[in-house]
Amino acid sequence: MSQSPSLQAVGLHKRYGDVTALDDFSLDCAPGSIHGLLGPNGAGKSTAVRALTTLIDVDSGTARVAGYAVRTESRRVRERIGLVGQGTAVDDILGGTQNLVMFGRLFGLSKTQAVSRAGELMAAFDLIEAADRPVSGYSGGMRRRLDICASLILSPAVLFLDEPTTGLDPRGRNEVWRTIRRIAADGTTVLLTTQYLDEADQLADSISVMKAGHVVRTGTPVELKKQLGSDRIVVTVSDAADLPRVTASVHSHSTPEIDSAARTVTIEAPSGTAALLATVRALDEAGIEPEDLVLRRPTLDEVFLALTSQEATS
Amino acid sequence: MTTLSTPRSSALRNGWILTQRELLHWERQPALPIFGLLFSIMLLLMFGFLFGGAIEVPGGGDYITFLLPGMFTLTMLFGVESTMLAMSTDAAKGITDRFRSMPIHSSAVALGRCGADMASSVLNLAVLLVGGLLIGWQITTDLGSALVGVLLLIWLRFAVLWVGIFLGLTFRNPAATMAVQVLIWPVGFLSNVFVAPETMPAWLGAVAAWNPISATATATRQLFGNPTGITTAWMNDSALLMATAWPLVLTLVFLPLSARAYRRLRR
Repeated sequence: MSQSPSLQAVGLHKRYGDVTALDDFSLDCAPGSIHGLLGPNGAGKSTAVRALTTLIDVDSGTARVAGYAVRTESRRVRERIGLVGQGTAVDDILGGTQNLVMFGRLFGLSKTQAVSRAGELMAAFDLIEAADRPVSGYSGGMRRRLDICASLILSPAVLFLDEPTTGLDPRGRNEVWRTIRRIAADGTTVLLTTQYLDEADQLADSISVMKAGHVVRTGTPVELKKQLGSDRIVVTVSDAADLPRVTASVHSHSTPEIDSAARTVTIEAPSGTAALLATVRALDEAGIEPEDLVLRRPTLDEVFLALTSQEATS
Repeated sequence: MTTLSTPRSSALRNGWILTQRELLHWERQPALPIFGLLFSIMLLLMFGFLFGGAIEVPGGGDYITFLLPGMFTLTMLFGVESTMLAMSTDAAKGITDRFRSMPIHSSAVALGRCGADMASSVLNLAVLLVGGLLIGWQITTDLGSALVGVLLLIWLRFAVLWVGIFLGLTFRNPAATMAVQVLIWPVGFLSNVFVAPETMPAWLGAVAAWNPISATATATRQLFGNPTGITTAWMNDSALLMATAWPLVLTLVFLPLSARAYRRLRR
């Protein structure tokens, strides 16, 4: 079934004085998916989120979120989105439930509705025990989950999360990841910005890599890794003198890469495990016993570095 | 699951919900407002009894009765700090952005701030009025005049509310409040709050006499029937008008500026 995208931005431009924050920024997010917006600091991720959540006006370009134009139908958009910004935008002095009731009433719920919705969310996101405690006593992960709850009060069609795990310890990060997966499983489209590659790899159905206000590449994590190049086999030997024998015995499409200091030979292996088996046989026939032999797939880190540095030089 | 609808709630309702947020703060952390009240009472006692014996009021009269309306006025003026701090803290923490991403009216945030700060200032003023009566301050006029005096004080607080909202939205950093605190003290002290301008060097006296704060202090002194420390007729005669006009001018300037600063958050 083909559905119109939950979020579509076309050619957004935004300048702050001499700084170009968004430079022809375009993005499509399929309904119910988690889309990761990945980029280094200053790439324009937050500006993109702020533009798509009606917080700032762009200089040119159009965007539609949840079926409405961001610029001309901002109120309709606001009724259908949730925003979890970089700060923890909840009231520290109030308790968790008090926060959710306040935001619920601001969203137009009656007091009774707001109280019952707050209870549902606190229960669903495991905050019931801390419901009445002031938020200032919450852990980082709990605060962030409360922040996310406050964005879910009206069950938004699109949820924006701007670096949701920045500053959290690993436990808090896992809690938030679980939360995000659940929200997407319930059918909400999630746009997530992050500078952590493993976060995008773990959570996102598709990823857009951003550099200097522009999306340089979009794809699934697997596609992005494939685009970077094939798998490689790394052979480590105990004696550097064996390195030439290794290169002579194995089959390779391109010239194997020798690192004498590390005593390794790196061989391109487009056929993956088949190439690994062939290499094992070849080494065995040549009577070479490697110290270590691994099949290495490109990591998202490498994709990220390749894309962002490639752009920098072009 | 709760059935969710989005009835369009009015700006007033939203403003009231945000005012209630402040009232809940008092309930959660009563120490803060109580500390604020104690600070006002401390200033009152300190200036009243420490300087009271040394300061002569031109035209005669008891210093405490001269001082008290000035203290009320100063307290209203210093309210600008708490307004600014509250606005800039919400902006810095992203709470303002959350409000802006929600389907609420753009004036709701200002209305909420207005409700919260006016409520706390009226409470603060009430405590000072009672505290003043306890240490010998008197209202020698009728109830009607006294009420007008109280309204003039609240009117000044309303005017500086917009200064605070404008500053808080413009310098979205709680640390900037420190700078404003440094600048607001001379505004408060270079007035007739503590000392009559007639006792100052001529140039300073002129500054103090024309300070908007002095207008409110003089007008409330008249309305409460307290000594004004002024022996020239026209300054006495024009005080009520000036005490009405100055806050009006401040409001007419800073309310639109606040609205503009809020809109400019979109830039």
